[in-house]
Amino acid sequence: MSDVLTLEHVDVTFATDAGRVSAVSDVSLSVAEGEIFGLVGESGCGKTTLAMALMGLLPATASVAGSVRFQGVELTGLSAEELRKLRGDRISMIFQDPMTSLDPTFSIGEQVAETITAHRDIDKERARRRALELLEEVGIPEPRRRFGDAPHRLSGGMRQRVVIATALANEPALVLADEPTTALDVTIQSQVLDLLRDLRARLHTTIALITHDLGVIAQICDRVGVMYAGQLVEVAPVSEIFRSPRHPYTQALLSALPTQQQAPGSLRVIPGRVPNLADPPPGCRFSTRCPYVMDECADVPPLAHETDDHLIACWLSEATKRAGRPDHAATGGAV
Amino acid sequence: MSVAVATSGGVPRTVWRRGILASRKGRWGFGILTALALVAIFAPLLAPHDPNAIDPSRILSPPDLAHPFGSDALGRDVLSRVIFAYRVSLGVAVGSTLLAFLVGVPLGLYAGYHGGWVDTAIMRPIDMVLALPAMLLAVALIAIIGPGSNISALAIAVIYMPILARVVRSSTLVVVSQTYIEAARARGTRSRAIIARHVLPNAIGPAIVQATILMGFALQIEAALSFLGLGAQPPTSSLGVMLADGRDVLTQAPWVEVFPGLAIAITVLAFNFFGDGLRARLDPKGVTE
Repeated sequence: MSDVLTLEHVDVTFATDAGRVSAVSDVSLSVAEGEIFGLVGESGCGKTTLAMALMGLLPATASVAGSVRFQGVELTGLSAEELRKLRGDRISMIFQDPMTSLDPTFSIGEQVAETITAHRDIDKERARRRALELLEEVGIPEPRRRFGDAPHRLSGGMRQRVVIATALANEPALVLADEPTTALDVTIQSQVLDLLRDLRARLHTTIALITHDLGVIAQICDRVGVMYAGQLVEVAPVSEIFRSPRHPYTQALLSALPTQQQAPGSLRVIPGRVPNLADPPPGCRFSTRCPYVMDECADVPPLAHETDDHLIACWLSEATKRAGRPDHAATGGAV
Repeated sequence: MSVAVATSGGVPRTVWRRGILASRKGRWGFGILTALALVAIFAPLLAPHDPNAIDPSRILSPPDLAHPFGSDALGRDVLSRVIFAYRVSLGVAVGSTLLAFLVGVPLGLYAGYHGGWVDTAIMRPIDMVLALPAMLLAVALIAIIGPGSNISALAIAVIYMPILARVVRSSTLVVVSQTYIEAARARGTRSRAIIARHVLPNAIGPAIVQATILMGFALQIEAALSFLGLGAQPPTSSLGVMLADGRDVLTQAPWVEVFPGLAIAITVLAFNFFGDGLRARLDPKGVTE
């Protein structure tokens, strides 16, 4: 399988009143064609920022460094118009809250059709017919009758189906799904995930799924990347992450999942706080909370192959040690 | 929650039935304005006499059946004069506000959508205009260009444009931060289409409310300018001109003064009622003041 998306040493910083905030730091990863890649991490760890950086949708205060290649084309440095042509056509996005990601003054059908006419030079009637097909495809009952409905007349689950239909309108190579189920209740969540999996199977779309919910990851992802405070700390097939997590943060995250045996009301937490990204700790950003912290952690641990498909960025790992320190110590945050 | 989102913007057709006309104020405002608009449109048919016909035998004669509003110092029929003056005044009020709306709304929309230096470049000059006292600005403009009802309409538009631009800009800022705008961008919709199709319909509500209320005040400003002799010029009459004429005979023949005054008061009131009815519907969160 070839890679649809390759990120190399991607940094995203925001200029704020409190100084430069490093939201994403040195992230390298690749997503293969047709896979569902999960990106997991707690709120504010940079998952969404990373997705927005790919789409060229970050505000003007943000600056992106590093390389983002999509289907072999370098995206950093493309003009605004070139990026616009990619958005909604080759790369599309599903947002978290379907209650707010549809325009309340437009009918759902028009919003799907707009995605098509923004990229294809076709007449309204054909766009409309295609939109109807899409609504049908994502499981909107009676799409013909629903086409002219305002979004508020649909339930949350149905709205998210409409959002998915807009994302699929031009058969993109990559769909970025940013917490697509977080705002939905559990039964609807499962339906939407089934729909995504089903669409991947039929259309062979690559999906990058961003979530903080390990349950969602377990349910539909092939591989998963774990982010903490802007750094990518571990990448592995989904079964491996759950069976043998290697990074201390991943281990802590998994052990924080409530189990049935646990006494009600007692939740395990990771002690400490997420570092302030305007002034992150040098080296590994988890070092301030890590139970295994040691001197080496003041240098940024490189993400290295522990096995063929399991990557980890932690000085406890032999792979990271082998990947070497000296050159990274120079570029990393060693102060 | 979803209901609030769905109703906070745009002017769907149901707004009329369910919103404006549902409130008593809205109904009154709409009813009076419709009636007054008809009066203005059909003035030549409705006026019982020639508004400029001088009748020396009827100088300052009190209201009677043939002349329900009485006659003025030249024996002209006050009712007919009010009807024709009203036509001029309403025309200036509506025309000036529309002009301000057509210029101010795109400016505010553009400034709010793009932000940054575009915003500064558009809004700072507008703020400067806003900082000048309205009446002074109008008088200064008329002093430069010369009096007349068209010029006073232009002067009022210059006063109003910054207000409407600011209102639209602030509601645009709210709309632009909504996810559906980001979603439209993520769909690859062009900026121009996003502004026209997604931002405008969601941000225009408060500006419509504001414009409605401003129309009422425009009528007052026009009257004030005309009263000072800076608005409509003879033989054209406006309500302000009539007020100025009536002032001299206020104690002997109050009807010359009272009826044009009443016309102004009722119209301003009706615009305010209508604006309030609109606001209840379009602007539930009270974005406008």
